[in-house]
Amino acid sequence: MQVTLAQLKRGQSAIITDVSSIHIPLKLLEMGCLPGNMVELVQVAPFSDPLYLNINGSHLAIRKETATHILIEITNG
Amino acid sequence: MGKQINVALIGNPNTGKTSVFNALTGLNQKVGNYPGITVEKKEGVCKLPRGVKAHIIDLPGTYSLNASSLDENVVIELLLNKNDKDFPDVAVVVSDVENLKRNLLLFTQIKDLEIPTILVINMADRMAYKGISLDIDVLEKELNTKIALVSTRKKTGIDDLKNLITNFRDLPTQPCLNAREIDPDYFTRLQSAFPNQLLYKLWLVITQDVNFGNVSRKEVDALDDFKTKSKSDLKRLQQKETIKRYQFINNTLKKGQTIDLAAAKDLRIKLDRILTHKVWGYVVFFMILLLMFQAIYDWSSIPMDFIDGLFASMSEWTKDHLPQGQFTNLIAEGIIPGLGGIVIFIPQIAFLFLFISILEETGYMSRVVFLMDRIMRRFGLSGKSVVPLISGTACAIPAVMATRNIESWKERLITILVTPFTTCSARLPVYLIIISLVIPKGRFLGLGYQAMTLMLLYLIGFGAAIGAAYILNKVLKIKNRSFFVVEMPNYKLPLFKNVALTVIEKTKSFVFGAGKIILAISIILWFLASYGPGDDFNNAEAIVTSQYSKENLDTETLQQHIASYKLEHSFIGLTGRAIEPLIQPLGYDWKIGIAIVSSFAAREVFVGTLATIYSVGSDEEDTIKNRMAGEVNPILGTPLFNFASGISLLLFYAFAMQCMSTLAVVKRETNSWKWPTLQLAAMSSFAYIVALIAFQVLK
Ligand SMILES: Nc1nc2c(ncn2[C@@H]2O[C@H](COP(=O)(O)OP(=O)(O)OP(=O)(O)O)[C@@H](O)[C@H]2O)c(=O)[nH]1
Ligand SMILES: [Mg+2]
Repeated sequence: MQVTLAQLKRGQSAIITDVSSIHIPLKLLEMGCLPGNMVELVQVAPFSDPLYLNINGSHLAIRKETATHILIEITNG
Repeated sequence: MGKQINVALIGNPNTGKTSVFNALTGLNQKVGNYPGITVEKKEGVCKLPRGVKAHIIDLPGTYSLNASSLDENVVIELLLNKNDKDFPDVAVVVSDVENLKRNLLLFTQIKDLEIPTILVINMADRMAYKGISLDIDVLEKELNTKIALVSTRKKTGIDDLKNLITNFRDLPTQPCLNAREIDPDYFTRLQSAFPNQLLYKLWLVITQDVNFGNVSRKEVDALDDFKTKSKSDLKRLQQKETIKRYQFINNTLKKGQTIDLAAAKDLRIKLDRILTHKVWGYVVFFMILLLMFQAIYDWSSIPMDFIDGLFASMSEWTKDHLPQGQFTNLIAEGIIPGLGGIVIFIPQIAFLFLFISILEETGYMSRVVFLMDRIMRRFGLSGKSVVPLISGTACAIPAVMATRNIESWKERLITILVTPFTTCSARLPVYLIIISLVIPKGRFLGLGYQAMTLMLLYLIGFGAAIGAAYILNKVLKIKNRSFFVVEMPNYKLPLFKNVALTVIEKTKSFVFGAGKIILAISIILWFLASYGPGDDFNNAEAIVTSQYSKENLDTETLQQHIASYKLEHSFIGLTGRAIEPLIQPLGYDWKIGIAIVSSFAAREVFVGTLATIYSVGSDEEDTIKNRMAGEVNPILGTPLFNFASGISLLLFYAFAMQCMSTLAVVKRETNSWKWPTLQLAAMSSFAYIVALIAFQVLK
């Protein structure tokens, strides 16, 4: 089964493997959310939404719905 | 040198563009640690060495040249239109040393436009703290540009930047990337269709709906022998382009930047563990709000009482020392009380701006956005709507403009429509004076009743905003995909100078902006109150004297009766009488009616209007508050400002849309009269109904 960014747990890191470019706005890609980059889940709001991430050194928050379109491979947990 | 050099400051949000702008021009534009502080083009002049002058343009932050929101469009339109009078001779890309990788993406795009470009690496003071070291020579060579390493906080590197701007003609203009590489076949065909245009510009025009100079999207589409691609294909190409750019940037930074993680300190993690926590995050946020209201209410009461007394004695002094006559009356009864009605609120307004600007400068605002997004979404808003709603407590006008970084149009429109419900600083004067009249002074658990009432009014404002949003979300049929991304900036100690400047500037503009309106209105009101038509007004003295001839009144009381008789028959009294039937059911007399009507120009006029009317209607000089306390309801015989009418009035001001400037801004931001008209009608009739119910139930 494919793991998406929405399934990452707090404190875990992962590598982005694929980004569904139809669902993800270009802006997010340009902020560094691209295949090959590291992502870490820093903090979650109640109901795990939104997610506070560290992607490739930038800190940003996105909604969970968006995160389901980003595939990852967990590297530590 | 005849012509000024046009310099555009471009960069990602929150990298310090406005700080650089202020350093270059000596101006004081607003700076804050939240992405999206600047939403409009701002201009200034900078004196460069050798007598050269530069015209500096500060722009809203943008992550890339592919615009996704309104404020970003401003940047692209300027850069693509060579005929714009502000088209830059040199682009200064401002980047943040802590986020170089991401910031350089925009830099490579700008370079591809072949405009002379300088790279500013700002926040150099943070390098040691973060364990970053840079090899500027290598970076300059790899990026094919000139770099100024700047810290606007420590004031270093600004002179280097000025020198680079002066010598902008020496800057290399070769692009960083060859756009052709991402799809050679397609780009070759594109170039041969438009041989005279820059390839990267064409690419921007195709991928988004902007026009520049003489090529528009339509023209490209219309061309028969050049088939453009489908939307999703184009998007895939854009993704490919972005990956290419990052590859280039990563290679560059490998050579020119080293980060010693062991030396890096991070306050962020420790603070965010609490401030964005599921429980503690909200507790802290609530405590901050509570502290804010306590400060606004309790801490500022001492300077306020002082100011109130001061203006009363100023009127007294004017009357005693200037020669008697109409002109003195105008000053003592019209202008001084009117201005007093605004100056008295300086302490509160200053506290309000102090808190808001500290929240923005520390970087806390983004955390609130993060915490609130899920909750706000249920009401059709975005987490980013919290910022307009909070800054709306200062003034709805900048708050409506601060919605520009909300990505979804529906969420943005709803935010614009409900923001005027939040308790802006113009309502504060009205609230404070009425609360002090009708709410008892006692304390409960260390919190004053009066402070709690004020807090409750703020909550009612937010509640109304949220409730209205909920309804609008259900009613408005606008289809668009909601999307949300917000940057979480590093925490920073607020710079005292930035905070102080914001507080002073905003307070000043509140006082002078409102002061002008109030001055004009008090003069007009004074005339209308001091003159009247017909016999009733002109023979007031004779009429009243004969009326009370049997009662043997002393002269002072008689004078009092004459003055109030005159007022009732003056122009303003007659107008007030005419509207009285409409407002009587709410528990108000005609004087309050006049104050409400003049409040439609701006709410803060309320106190000044009453002050002017009361001054004319009596001979004694007294504070505004004592005057209001002494008024009697003509029908019920009870004090005019009692609990029932007071609450009714508070609620009326909480909900009514009484601000021309806000309506004008809403018109501009939504580009239609439909929305401001809706706001005016819906909010004001709702206010009337609520105030009516409140008075009828409580009386
Ligand atoms: N430590 C440090 N902080 C800085 C420096 N320059 C600016 N800042 C801070 O960075 C934050 C952002 O500054 P602004 O000038 O508002 O940034 P901007 O790029 O105009 O931001 P937007 O208009 O929102 O795009 C503020 O909190 C500044 O005080 C610097 O040289 N060093
Ligand atoms: Mg700015």
